[in-house]
Amino acid sequence: MSEAAEDRPAGGERRFSDRAPGEPPREGAGFARGIRSYLIGLGLAVGLTVASFYFAASGLVWGPALPMALIVLAIAQMGVHLAFFLHITTGPDSTNNVLALAFGVLIVFLVIAGSLWIMANLNHNMPPMRQGMSMPR
Amino acid sequence: MFGKLTWSAIPFDQPIPLIAAGIVAGAMFAVLVWVAAKGWVPYLWQEWITSVDHKRIGVMYTLLAIVMLLRGFIDAIMMRSQQALAFRAPGYLPPEHYDQIFSAHGTIMIFFAAMPMMIGLMNFAVPLQLGIRDVAFPTLNSVGFWLTATGALLVNISLVIGEFARTGWLPFPPLSEAPYSPGVGVDYYLWSLEISGAGTLVTGINFVTTILKTRAPGMSYLRMPMFCWTALASNLLIVAAFPVLTATLAMLLLDRYLGFHFFTNTGGGNMMMFMNLIWVWGHPEVYILVLPAFGIYSEVVSTFSRKPLFGYRSMVIATMAICIISFTVWLHHFFTMGAGADVNAVFGIATTIIAVPTGVKIFNWLFTMYGGRIYFASPMLWAVGFMVTFVIGGMTGVLLAVPPADFVLHNSLFLVAHFHNVIIAGVLFAGFAGLTYWFPKAFGFRLHEGWGKAAFWFSMTGFYVVFVPLYVLGLSGMTRRLQHYDVAQWRPWVLIAAFGIVIMACGAACQAAQLVVSIRRRDQLRDVTGDPWDGRSLEWSTPSPPPAFNYPVLPHVEDGEAYWTVKQRAREQGGLHEEPDYAPIEMPRNSATGFVCAFFATIMGFALIWNIWWLLVLGAIGAYATFVVFAWRDVPEYVIPAAEVARSDRANRNARREALAAEAARS
Amino acid sequence: MTIAAATAEPDDPYRIGHGRGGYGDSEATGHGAGGPAPRRIVTAYGFWIFLLSDIIMFSAFFASYAVLAGQTAGGPGGRDLFDLRNVAIETGCLLASSFACGVASVAAEGREPIWFYAAMAVTFLLGAAFIGLEVHEFAGLAARGYGPQRSAFLTAFFTLVGCHGLHVSAGLLWLLTMMAQVFAKGFRADILRRFTCFSLFWHALDIIWVALFTVVYLLGAGA
Repeated sequence: MSEAAEDRPAGGERRFSDRAPGEPPREGAGFARGIRSYLIGLGLAVGLTVASFYFAASGLVWGPALPMALIVLAIAQMGVHLAFFLHITTGPDSTNNVLALAFGVLIVFLVIAGSLWIMANLNHNMPPMRQGMSMPR
Repeated sequence: MFGKLTWSAIPFDQPIPLIAAGIVAGAMFAVLVWVAAKGWVPYLWQEWITSVDHKRIGVMYTLLAIVMLLRGFIDAIMMRSQQALAFRAPGYLPPEHYDQIFSAHGTIMIFFAAMPMMIGLMNFAVPLQLGIRDVAFPTLNSVGFWLTATGALLVNISLVIGEFARTGWLPFPPLSEAPYSPGVGVDYYLWSLEISGAGTLVTGINFVTTILKTRAPGMSYLRMPMFCWTALASNLLIVAAFPVLTATLAMLLLDRYLGFHFFTNTGGGNMMMFMNLIWVWGHPEVYILVLPAFGIYSEVVSTFSRKPLFGYRSMVIATMAICIISFTVWLHHFFTMGAGADVNAVFGIATTIIAVPTGVKIFNWLFTMYGGRIYFASPMLWAVGFMVTFVIGGMTGVLLAVPPADFVLHNSLFLVAHFHNVIIAGVLFAGFAGLTYWFPKAFGFRLHEGWGKAAFWFSMTGFYVVFVPLYVLGLSGMTRRLQHYDVAQWRPWVLIAAFGIVIMACGAACQAAQLVVSIRRRDQLRDVTGDPWDGRSLEWSTPSPPPAFNYPVLPHVEDGEAYWTVKQRAREQGGLHEEPDYAPIEMPRNSATGFVCAFFATIMGFALIWNIWWLLVLGAIGAYATFVVFAWRDVPEYVIPAAEVARSDRANRNARREALAAEAARS
Repeated sequence: MTIAAATAEPDDPYRIGHGRGGYGDSEATGHGAGGPAPRRIVTAYGFWIFLLSDIIMFSAFFASYAVLAGQTAGGPGGRDLFDLRNVAIETGCLLASSFACGVASVAAEGREPIWFYAAMAVTFLLGAAFIGLEVHEFAGLAARGYGPQRSAFLTAFFTLVGCHGLHVSAGLLWLLTMMAQVFAKGFRADILRRFTCFSLFWHALDIIWVALFTVVYLLGAGA
């Protein structure tokens, strides 16, 4: 339980203070300034989304490169969300938040990449059998 | 009206389950009547059931663990005795029943004995060791406990109404799919684990936040006790792994209930995908169990060797390395499924690598003991017993990590002996060590040493007499989960193992005796100073049992081994530090949210299992209503006045002062 | 001068070493000498950890989808079934609702009830539109006989997208509860903490949708 029930650090000094995930970078900034990051984020995200759909629908990107292009655009969009909507920055006061995110991303990568690799190998070696079929020698 | 539920769900025609169910139901009823007759219900409701105090929740978790450990142990006795009798004979347990027993044994032991045991000890000790008043989210803590209890309740209800899964403790498809397991057994398993899994996840979130964000002033990461580091790693694993369990079991549920095709034989389903995903959870799960155990041993070895833990930083690195690497080895549970040599090689190498940080820890414990003044109280006996026994289990694990060896040994009794070796020596012994170590802190009196030592020796011996024969049997080719067998050369080993379980049962009886005797003689065993073991970490600076608020003033930590520094300074100066300024303390109010939430979860689980849809809707509405009622609460805290804080602390200080004086007089 | 410079040891100017037993010099809460963090940070961080666990749960469903995407059991695949125009509108709705939620955050920070209710209402409508479109798509597929029981691909598709939809629906219910709470109790500190959790949740759902529409719809229909 927190003994320091006040929600602002004393004296307003910001040294190595701590930030909550989702907390805007400065308080008391006023409506217009506060919305700025969301507007920028919206603009960037819309641009990236339109680009994704456009690349997928048109033949602009060379076929085999399309999945990679789309994934890169998706990662960029996620980055825009994290930075402009969730205010996750790389400053020292956001270290805990970034570390937690990095841990999550690592696990997601291990689960998805590991599963894909394992299942691809399993499916190759152990194909589903139909009636009357036997394993290829 | 009642879905699939009919009177035939109660096993009137099967004597053994009927008798077991009768005994369990009768015992529960008797206990409830006794409690009500003694007038303890208001006390239990106000002080325990609705408590959000981590100490109380920790005790309840541990109590749940012990009761379920007993049930799981009885299952084990039944399995060993069945195998002892079933040489070219049917034994006394029909196959359908035997299958349920080994499935229940594994499920109960892992989910409702080992997990709650470790979580209970973490709940009790971590906030005290961090120098704080409670975990980050106390009401959520209560919710987590009661959801776990719901899971345990559902599994036990399956004994009386319906049946349990016959698939083993992990329900592999296609056996666990609807066509091959049409009964409610697998559903009991699935819903019980989905509900308790949610409870465990909540615990994980709670402890990660507590350890990272709410430590006492001055307690940097490298000044935390080792148990807190291992608790952090374990809870990070819970947060990372349990969602995968939830998803995978949900997929199986969708297959069973709605005819989806995740793991089915038809429609393009892929059964191997289940094994892959479930072990993505399953391997981190065993580290979730064993890491807090390692932490307990670090505390115990350091305290009873009267030396600081050797190699603190390397222990931290080893712990976090285990945490990360545990997510890269899961395929070693299905080397034989056919992924091929390349994949097997990568995961085999990763598995041998993960043994290294554990080896580092063993060496650090040994170096801690070396040059120390070792005192063999029973926690230390459990710790030393662990070191010897766990190393053997770990070595057999490295043996199994070699894919060609695993092709011979997979699903044999060698495997069974290996994982029991590491879990019993690792987790169970740690549970007993931790219980004995922190019992005086929790209840104000020590456990009887003599019975504790007897329990240790019986359990250690019994363990070897049961499981060394199983290693031999595995190497001789005996498969796991056999209801009967007819190979003559296996017979003597099976019989020795059955004898071994009798020895282990003596150990369990000694534990029970220890508890009864300790309660009876609690005045002689009283812990008056709060520091019965000459401890080194902060929890030993509180009275036994600690007040609700733990610390009158949050300690300001200046060094690792926070309490030892303070104690040494007091010894040198011949007096305590000066009295702090006492201020009123706000503590979280108790709440029935956890219990009520779990009540509705039980209803929903039962309704889902038996397809009673109107009951499900009612339960869901009740659960949401509970959440809304809690969210509408206006006064979440109550205030402890400064005078009461002062009174409690002054009593503690007096006790410490007397102890200090007595110590000085002796020397 | 930052505290880092002020407390640096003369022979350890970059503070690589361990000083007095560890990084205990940092004044930050959750780093060392600062003590427990304020409730606002603790609550948000705990919810952040929950979100990461939720994302890991989604990754298990993603992995299943990726493995089963080709298993159409003789039936239609993504190319035959996905309507990218519909998906584009859904994406627009969800993105706009994320923006509206951001406006609501700013309004809550500034304690401005009218802006808050307006922004939350817009968030709700856009989110509900998203759900409406998705339900319409699912119903249409099921009516044509391409429900989740048809093949493993459809099973995985319905489950993954449906799980996200369930989360959005739960979020909508939470949204209404939040509005009711602010209406009943005003911008109290604990209500604001819960609203922070809600906005984290809502933005995270949009992040997951980015992964979803890219991997499932765009790659499924296009590639």
